[in-house]
Amino acid sequence: MDLFIALVLQIVYGIANLVLISMGLAIIFGMMRVINLAHGEFLMLGGYTVVIATNHGVNMWVAMLILAPLVVGVIGIIVERCLIQFLYGRMVDTLLATWGLSLLFIGLVTTLFGAQTETTISPPLGFIQIGAYTSSAYQLLLIFIAIVLSLAVYAVLKLTKLGLVARATMQSADMASALGVSTKRIYMITFGLGAAVSGLAGGLLAPVTGVLPNIGATYIAKAFITVISGGAAILAGTTSASILLGGINGIMSFITGPTLGEVALLAAAIILLRLMPRGITGRFFRKSL
Amino acid sequence: MTWGRENRWRVAVVLIGLAFTLFAPGVLQLFTIINLTTAIALAILALSLALIWGYGGILCFGQTAFFGIGAYAYTIAAINFGGSTWAVLVAVLAAAAFAAIIGYFVFYGRVSDVYMAVITLTVTLILYNLLRRTSGPEYKIGSALLGGFNGITSPPLNLPWAPYSMLFPQHVFYVAMIALIAAYVFSAWLVQTHFGRVSVAVRENELRAELLGYDIRFYKLALFTIGGALAGLGGIFFANGVGRVTPDMFNLYSSALAIIWVIVGGRGTLVGPVLGSFALFYLIGWLGTQNTVNINLVLGIILIIFVLVVPRGLLPTLVRWWDAGRDRRAMQRRELKLRRRRGTRAAEATHEG
Amino acid sequence: MRGEIVVETRNLSMHFGGVKAVDRVNFNLWENELRCLIGPNGAGKSTFFKCLTGQLTPTAGDVVIRDFTATGRQPHEVARLGVGIKTQVPSVFDGLSVEENVWLSARKWHNAARAKSLTRDTLERLQLGDIRGLQVGLLAHGQRQWVELGMVVAAEPWLVLLDEPAAGMTHEETERTAELIREINRTATMIVVEHDMQFIRMISSRVTVFHEGQILIEDTMDVITADPRVREVYLGHRHP
Repeated sequence: MDLFIALVLQIVYGIANLVLISMGLAIIFGMMRVINLAHGEFLMLGGYTVVIATNHGVNMWVAMLILAPLVVGVIGIIVERCLIQFLYGRMVDTLLATWGLSLLFIGLVTTLFGAQTETTISPPLGFIQIGAYTSSAYQLLLIFIAIVLSLAVYAVLKLTKLGLVARATMQSADMASALGVSTKRIYMITFGLGAAVSGLAGGLLAPVTGVLPNIGATYIAKAFITVISGGAAILAGTTSASILLGGINGIMSFITGPTLGEVALLAAAIILLRLMPRGITGRFFRKSL
Repeated sequence: MTWGRENRWRVAVVLIGLAFTLFAPGVLQLFTIINLTTAIALAILALSLALIWGYGGILCFGQTAFFGIGAYAYTIAAINFGGSTWAVLVAVLAAAAFAAIIGYFVFYGRVSDVYMAVITLTVTLILYNLLRRTSGPEYKIGSALLGGFNGITSPPLNLPWAPYSMLFPQHVFYVAMIALIAAYVFSAWLVQTHFGRVSVAVRENELRAELLGYDIRFYKLALFTIGGALAGLGGIFFANGVGRVTPDMFNLYSSALAIIWVIVGGRGTLVGPVLGSFALFYLIGWLGTQNTVNINLVLGIILIIFVLVVPRGLLPTLVRWWDAGRDRRAMQRRELKLRRRRGTRAAEATHEG
Repeated sequence: MRGEIVVETRNLSMHFGGVKAVDRVNFNLWENELRCLIGPNGAGKSTFFKCLTGQLTPTAGDVVIRDFTATGRQPHEVARLGVGIKTQVPSVFDGLSVEENVWLSARKWHNAARAKSLTRDTLERLQLGDIRGLQVGLLAHGQRQWVELGMVVAAEPWLVLLDEPAAGMTHEETERTAELIREINRTATMIVVEHDMQFIRMISSRVTVFHEGQILIEDTMDVITADPRVREVYLGHRHP
């Protein structure tokens, strides 16, 4: 029984992990159909913000929950203004440019902070006992935050004016602009928000994964697969894909080990895309958020 | 038709390549020759991407996956077989098979460009992540340990069916250059066949190619598989040039590099990306010794600048300007002729009226 | 005069969400006909067209082309039956030359030598010889439409489907296109989707009028233009 609970916890954590690392990318993708290849670096920058701030005496929670999203959000807005906005409509060129950006960030951070980090931070909150198994309490917190984040995104999209305008722009940018919406501003804000969410996730995961200039690469493979498998709807897509892929990954990892678990995740995604080329929400839940 | 002119250039390129093959070992130091073998391997990778992306319009961000699989398959097979003769074949077939499988899912699923790019990138990254975790002694294929992030030492090429007659580095260089030239000639031939011209048409307008009766899914799959095989071939020489294969062949940096060669050298030519790969190889090597600027930073800036300013690459941009200029001049002359004809007719008409 | 039925749709329907773009259409086309499909914007003509070409998979119903069930097939499978298709927005290979465009069509069906001569003949026939080496992307709209027509013709199809072949053309160009179409009709059965009433008079005998996804009336041009229902559909409902 304890094993079962511990296993379920692991799987749910895996799903929450996917939600956290993918949400920011999904926001940008859902709005602008842009796959931001520098997404991993937004996560990385969030992590660096937390580590550096904590090492300079800032309270860890403040760094994680306020500082990281703020810093990376601002960086996101700068990136949008200086690069992305010139490439709208040019999907392939946007991919290439964000890839260049990714390399640029890695290079910058390596230059400024070196290829290794001096001090890292360890996961707070210690452990909890489930019968004979110990689980990290921090993982529970992350699950909780992933849920809160999803609800927050839902609330913003459904209940705020910004959310309404954003949804309108997603459905038909021309129409929204004809109604007086400045689509440029919406794109800028959305990109910034997506970056902020990524920064938040990166900051939260810093104690778990450590912080290196190229840590982005470990995230993006999974983030991309999740967002593409999810499809265009930000919330429904991310959550459904995370549940499906995270579930398969978790179960396979338990049965055969983490290596084959990853293979299973990729295989599941490829088969899913073969059957539903526009992602889950391209076929089901099409009108959802 | 520009075929005549293009082929003349191509013959010139091949002759230069052959001359280089003959004279380089006599002129250059041994270390340079060994280094060159690695550069040649990367050039073959660049060629494969030039073929499938530049000509075929297939946007693959993970071409390094097939390159790496070729290298790993060669190494593992050579260790298991005790010689390189059949390992070479295994490498190319493994890479081609992998490409065929991925290609099937992507093209027959009619997945869009953008998704294709990201999926292929994801595949190579997953291979990177997977191989890095194979350090333990339980991770092996036959008698070859996968070695985790340290990788595997690669047996050098040997004379066919003579496993103890291993080739000297200069001879490996010869084989590599011949392979590059042969791959180039093959690719140049391919793009001029019916198959090649349909592939280009598919790049231009998929719907129209279909409406003419061509099964575009098959054409893309076939071209992609050929590209995968070529990349795998390059992998063999990389294993020889560097001496070992590591998961780093699959990482983000390597994948980006392959794309940068094509972006800088030119989409739409075969020789552009090849030259681009050599140029960047030496630029990066030089930057490495300088230790001033971080290489990621430089590559990132190059990529961004090229995307914003010269998206088609150096070579084709120049060729295009010339061609378009010539076409516009031809059209202007035709317009002038028509206007004169209409002018005289209008004059006659008003005369009547 | 009638001959056999070469294209038939049975209860063909195409729904997009709640919109019934094509609604239970039963359509018949006889050999050697030149049928025009007309109707106001949104009547379903182009959607119907795309169901015939394989670009869309119908929600319900069947498309039968000479005993072959073409419903939901891939476009290249339909094309291989010997069907030539011209789309509403010209589908051509912009980066390639006029000659290359036509050649690709001819070469699908013939060997290299025959393809070469067929290309040359087609370019002559459509008077594209002058511009054979030019990049299609640089040509004017009317010329691009003719290149597309050339590609259709070079495949020597027995069934030709054209979606708005005269769109955006000058009067001179329209006349030439009509001439071409009449010429093609001598050896092929044709369906032409069009808006331009004048143009239709130049080419066709029988016309099918679409309205709100269904066939309103099918008859000769004279009968149709006299029909009060057609006028109502085009000019809007008249409130009594």
